[in-house]
Amino acid sequence: MQREAPQQGLVEAARRRVARQGWLLCTPALIILVFAASGPLLIVLVYSFLAPGDYGGVRWELSTEAWFNVLLNRDIFSGEVGLADAHLSIFWRSLSLSVLTTIITLLLGFPTAYFIATRPRETRNVWLFLVTIPFWTNLLIRTFAIMEVIRSEGIVNTGLIGLGLIGQPIQMLYTDFAILLGMAYVYLPLMVLPVYAAMERFDFRLVEAAYDLYATRWRVFTRVILPLVKPGVIAGSILVFIPSLGAYVTPRVLGGGKNMMLGNLIELQFGAGRNWPLGAALSITLLAIVMAALIFYVRMAARNEAGRE
Amino acid sequence: MSERGGFSIRRMPGFATVALAVFFVLYAPILVLVVFSFNAGVSIANWEGFSLQWYAAAWENRQVQDATVRSVIVATCASLTATLVATMAALGTTRRRRFRGQTMVYALINEPLMVPEIVTGIALLIMFAQIKIVTGYTGLGYLIIAHTAFCIPFAYLPIRARLEGMDLTLETAAGDLYATPWRTFRRVTLPLLMPGILAGLMLAFVISLDDVVITELVKSAGQDTLPTYMLGQLRRKITPEVNAISTALLAISIVTVTIFFLLNRRKA
Repeated sequence: MQREAPQQGLVEAARRRVARQGWLLCTPALIILVFAASGPLLIVLVYSFLAPGDYGGVRWELSTEAWFNVLLNRDIFSGEVGLADAHLSIFWRSLSLSVLTTIITLLLGFPTAYFIATRPRETRNVWLFLVTIPFWTNLLIRTFAIMEVIRSEGIVNTGLIGLGLIGQPIQMLYTDFAILLGMAYVYLPLMVLPVYAAMERFDFRLVEAAYDLYATRWRVFTRVILPLVKPGVIAGSILVFIPSLGAYVTPRVLGGGKNMMLGNLIELQFGAGRNWPLGAALSITLLAIVMAALIFYVRMAARNEAGRE
Repeated sequence: MSERGGFSIRRMPGFATVALAVFFVLYAPILVLVVFSFNAGVSIANWEGFSLQWYAAAWENRQVQDATVRSVIVATCASLTATLVATMAALGTTRRRRFRGQTMVYALINEPLMVPEIVTGIALLIMFAQIKIVTGYTGLGYLIIAHTAFCIPFAYLPIRARLEGMDLTLETAAGDLYATPWRTFRRVTLPLLMPGILAGLMLAFVISLDDVVITELVKSAGQDTLPTYMLGQLRRKITPEVNAISTALLAISIVTVTIFFLLNRRKA
């Protein structure tokens, strides 16, 4: 090894000490996180390759049956292999409802963020605070609120009947529509906040310049505003899409037992379904989709950064 | 008024209407929920007069009492522990040269924000089931450790933000005046950091208090917290008692978050 100058050695020693201090200070947090957040994910991966026990749990023998059962099933009598329609429809519901939730929250959230960003400075924080409050309040309670409003004896149906617009209450609760409504409602602040953050830094002199150059309002919007707040839109979409995909409470409360999403299907395997390896395989699948979405986001964000320089 | 005079470059037609509708939709269901918690009748849609009977009913309900105590114990232990370790981690990751592996530290700290709760819940359920068999312990410890883990990023972020905004000169001055590093920390860094620590503590407390998914999966039999108790009530006929509990929880969240906001606004 090359001999270092004594001074360099000192710098190196100091650097090492700082690094050691940094690690030392982080250790307690990391121990808790590895024990009760990241580490257990490895156990899920292992369980997805085991055979199910008779009353929940697992038998310790290697099996790929759980992964096979994620999308396929085998007829018990004929041994014929077919697609697991029940699972496919749940995957489809999870994906389509998550995409729709993202689109709806974007269509509603963008104008809201724009509205807040164009308020005078004094009132802007008040509007922002009004969006932040629902963001920090209990998701279950907000879902309950939606449930009470749309149920058959709820205020919407009794109101419509009272006005004579409908004779019978409309069945809204326990439908895909209810899940979509609930998810859009609870995740909307997650869209507004990042879009607002991008909009806040937006320089409206650019809009003025565009108008001076005879741009129409539509062109100003699509050519000037939208490209510059795109990072916020992408961040908001990811922030809405990911929790929608893994949603458990909203579909359970508003979808009832029949209209399950991926999160409910996973939970079922650890409750009544008693197929822990299948539940583990489904969890890893969900995790993989989420990670893919995150990687897509990081790439998009990096490309935006590069495009700006 | 001339047409040109009324033209605002910031205006986009329809945006304000959509925004105001959004604010209405955000608050209307919550308002309905709160209003009917004061209903004299059993209905959640027909107003029959003002009454506090559902608050009294919830207050006297033994299960609600137990769930409340459990929620508070878990949230207190988890948020205090999470804030303590998050403060240390924030001190370790700011205001010094980046050390090797810091990216991994960030990834681990933020992991609970990225992994779906249902997946973390399942993972903990599997692991704790094994530990329960081996040790025989079935107490609240499992819930507390699980809550501590997912509270860490919520405590960490405001503390780190505060640290990054803090001026180093005061600490350097203390060092110049021969204060020991520990004394500098106690007398200078910690008081300046306090608003960030309190903000982190409050967020962690609210996040723990509100958790449903992980608690539902990790809890042993008879360990309902307030949110999981409410989720369990779904199978029964819903009375305004649930509204009363919800309103109480909402009030706690709103007060805490408001204080958090005020703490964060006040700059060093």
